[in-house]
Amino acid sequence: MQALFSQLVAGLSLGSVLLLAALGLALTFGQMGVINMAHGEFMMAGAYTAFVAQGLIADAGTSLLLAIPLGFLVGGVMGVVLEATLIRRMYHRPLDTLLVTWGVSLILQQAARDIFGAPNVDVRAPSWLSGSVNIGVTHVPAARLFILVLAVGAVVGLSLLLKMTALGRRIRGVVQNRDLAETVGISTRSTDRLTFFIGSGLAGIAGVALTLLGSTGPTLGTSYIVDAFLVVVAGGIGQIKGAVIAAFGLGLLQATFEYSTTASVAKVMVFVVVVVFLQIRPQGIFSVRTRSLA
Amino acid sequence: MSILPPRGRPVRAIAVLVVAGLALAGCGSRVGDSGASGSPATSCVDTSGSTVKVGFLNSLSGTMAISEKTVHDSLALAAEQINAGGGVLGKKLQVVSEDGASEPTIFAEKATKLISSDCVAAVFGGWTSSSRKAMLPAFEGANSLLFYPVQYEGLEASPNIFYTGATTNQQIVPALDYLKQKGVKSLFLVGSDYVFPRTANKEIKAYAKANGIEVKGEEYAPLGYTDFATIVNKVKSAGAGAVFNTLNGDSNVAFFKEYRNAGLTPAAMPVVSVSIAEEEINGIGLDNVVGQLTAWNYYQTIDSPKNTAFVQAFKGKYGQNRVTSDPMEAAYTSVFLWKAIVEKAQSFKTDDIRKAAGGVSYDAPEGTVTVNGDNHHIAKTALIGKVGADSLIHTEWSSGAPIEPDPFLKNYDWAKGLTG
Repeated sequence: MQALFSQLVAGLSLGSVLLLAALGLALTFGQMGVINMAHGEFMMAGAYTAFVAQGLIADAGTSLLLAIPLGFLVGGVMGVVLEATLIRRMYHRPLDTLLVTWGVSLILQQAARDIFGAPNVDVRAPSWLSGSVNIGVTHVPAARLFILVLAVGAVVGLSLLLKMTALGRRIRGVVQNRDLAETVGISTRSTDRLTFFIGSGLAGIAGVALTLLGSTGPTLGTSYIVDAFLVVVAGGIGQIKGAVIAAFGLGLLQATFEYSTTASVAKVMVFVVVVVFLQIRPQGIFSVRTRSLA
Repeated sequence: MSILPPRGRPVRAIAVLVVAGLALAGCGSRVGDSGASGSPATSCVDTSGSTVKVGFLNSLSGTMAISEKTVHDSLALAAEQINAGGGVLGKKLQVVSEDGASEPTIFAEKATKLISSDCVAAVFGGWTSSSRKAMLPAFEGANSLLFYPVQYEGLEASPNIFYTGATTNQQIVPALDYLKQKGVKSLFLVGSDYVFPRTANKEIKAYAKANGIEVKGEEYAPLGYTDFATIVNKVKSAGAGAVFNTLNGDSNVAFFKEYRNAGLTPAAMPVVSVSIAEEEINGIGLDNVVGQLTAWNYYQTIDSPKNTAFVQAFKGKYGQNRVTSDPMEAAYTSVFLWKAIVEKAQSFKTDDIRKAAGGVSYDAPEGTVTVNGDNHHIAKTALIGKVGADSLIHTEWSSGAPIEPDPFLKNYDWAKGLTG
């Protein structure tokens, strides 16, 4: 029973990590249709932001909390620069975007290696995030609980932004029908840029959170980019709730398979499940019905 | 015009392809693909001048660069010191450096280039077993020499390779002896999913069976795996006396963070690692790994005049914040061993070197090491260390004397029937 709850927690926690990694992508890839292979490197940038913040502010707790908005800003600005310089020019050429952003991701990795050195750096966890919290049935590592809360916070924040604000309405309008949005006077250029800023910024936040669990190094992003795309594809293009369900679903699946088999086999099984699922439902869990004529 | 292609299908199809492609790229390693074919059997090494060429072949780019760059640095230090001391047989070393780029195929290609186009007298380098296995045919085909400086899984003895890192009976077996001596009754095995951990664990299980130690679990994570919640859950609920860790690379960071967060401590359940050296401690985070055990043949903290000189020279050349580790020391030692063998043979020829190699010893920073003429490994002292609060590793236990290399574990009854 104890093991069951531990695995449930492990699955939810893995789901929240996947969700954080994929949330920004759900916006830029899911909503805008941009295949951004450098998304993982925005996470890496967020992780290094946490490292730099810790170098400036010795207290691990303060620097971590500060690194979250900073990471959002760093990821977001990098995203806007990428959008304004390269991606903007190839909105209708998804394959080119794929290759170009892949190249950008390699450049960013090497840049990190040159700036911070090839070895991994250590971001210390604040004392209140090391150790575990007793939730009655089992113990949950505090860092994982923190990430779960952060992921839920990010989803709620993003949903409110999309549903409640004028910007959110513009984003949804552009996603559902770009031409119509343009004709009613929405600047699709600035909407695209803002969407990209938010999506890339979320990657930055994910990066900050990931320093609590794994290594902070130049290749941090590459370990998550595949899973992030997997979540968005399985969740369905253009829907945040799809990404949420897919992330937790895949997290729980991975934890369950891993408990009964091994980590390697579990990864394969998750892939198989997703492939089979996409055969039955190619549009993913949810899909947006657009009235676009294109 | 919509930025979404019609019904979003092509984008999705591409994404699926990308995801699948990346996943495959992650698993793909082309072990055994050697680029060596038609290499000349007659050597083109030119020793008539006042210099002799040697090759350094390490990954200076790609995923292994983190580790192999440090080996490259200590090789360069050794060459510099040898040249300052007058060279080998009166000839200065002229180093040709090549980048193996973390790809076994590139290692094979560059090895062939160093042997047949640069005509080097010997090559120093390699790290992963797959890079070594890929280079092996190039060296055997051209009857040239490779000095390989990293601990590995054993079960190999090429006449053209000198292995200056530990084989299993100089690292893993002593670590098990130590745990047994400490009264550990059960083990949990955690490793990366590739040849070294799987082979090592086979040997550990055979040892455990013969010595009445229970193996409570065995888990493998893909290389680069970052979520250890489930594996640590399994470790925790199995409640073994110690964990034997053969994880490689970044996974160690995620594993140790999870281990500590789950409330597991070195006092209650120590982790013995065979792939974590001084270099890796800062990346993992000292807090996460302090008090845990490692098994190697060299630590920076070894108190000997020879080691003090080595550490000082290294820091002097590369910076005071640098550390020295076992593979770096084994690489440094390999160049001096080659020099000693060449001087004994009075020749740079591979066949002469092979004949002269047996019994050659060198007073290395780790202590005296001696070449075994039969299997080309070297006798080394095994050391169990504990990670200290100063981010260095301190010797907890020593085998006392150098252990003769036994790559095929022929002298261990429990290892009968083990194959790679």
